[in-house]
Amino acid sequence: MSKKIKIMVPCDEAHHVCDKAQYKEASVWEKFKLYFHLVYCKGCRSYAKNNKNLSNTIQKAKVECLDKKCKEAMKLEFEKALRDQLQ
Amino acid sequence: MPEHDINPNKWIDLYSDYLFNYTITRVSDRDMAQDLVQDTFLAGLKSMKNFKGESSERTWLISILKRKIIDHYRKINSNKGKAEVRINYSDDENEGDWLEERIADPFDKTAEDRIQNRELRDAIFDCLSKLPEKQAQVFRMKTIEGYDTEDICKELNINASNLWVIIHRARTAMASCLEKNWL
Repeated sequence: MSKKIKIMVPCDEAHHVCDKAQYKEASVWEKFKLYFHLVYCKGCRSYAKNNKNLSNTIQKAKVECLDKKCKEAMKLEFEKALRDQLQ
Repeated sequence: MPEHDINPNKWIDLYSDYLFNYTITRVSDRDMAQDLVQDTFLAGLKSMKNFKGESSERTWLISILKRKIIDHYRKINSNKGKAEVRINYSDDENEGDWLEERIADPFDKTAEDRIQNRELRDAIFDCLSKLPEKQAQVFRMKTIEGYDTEDICKELNINASNLWVIIHRARTAMASCLEKNWL
């Protein structure tokens, strides 16, 4: 039978699911496989821990970005000034 | 031969978020911060020939921005009453002592938190600027701006598995960059 349910996943897939989980995009089944992997894989455990920490830290910092519209407006004005400068 | 070149065409893409975050922790008003960043870029453009190339572009822009922030505070302060000489005040409802109220409140932890947060933000953007441009862009869109995977893929013309590889590399780099002091 080739269609066996795979519960063991390789490390790179575990990393991938762990990344996805940081953005709440991993399915329940994927997460289950991830946690199962973490039981026996020390390397991935530390990766997962670091990854989670990174997410928490960035969330805690409340970093903000300029939104796209405002950047575009900024660019427009800047380019105008650049052209004036060159003339 | 200067060590660093100057190339204003890329300034906004490369530095606007860094400068904006630097500003917003110091003036705490989005619109004001945006204006200050804009002013900084324009001022930088004007004095481009004074750039000696001894520091990086970003450091140079930050030094302009610092001046702009100081000027901003000077301006709003000059609008206030010139000097407050009264030590006690009383009006209909309140009565108090200026001096007494100036003593730091030991239970007020917010100031310290705020400073720490400011440092953390600076650190995050510092690390982000060390990533390759593409990684930084994807990481910023995904993690900070919170775009959907689909939208990012469409905008940057990459497929989903591509995106996750980039995210993975960016996260690993960010984690090792921030690890020492912040994680």
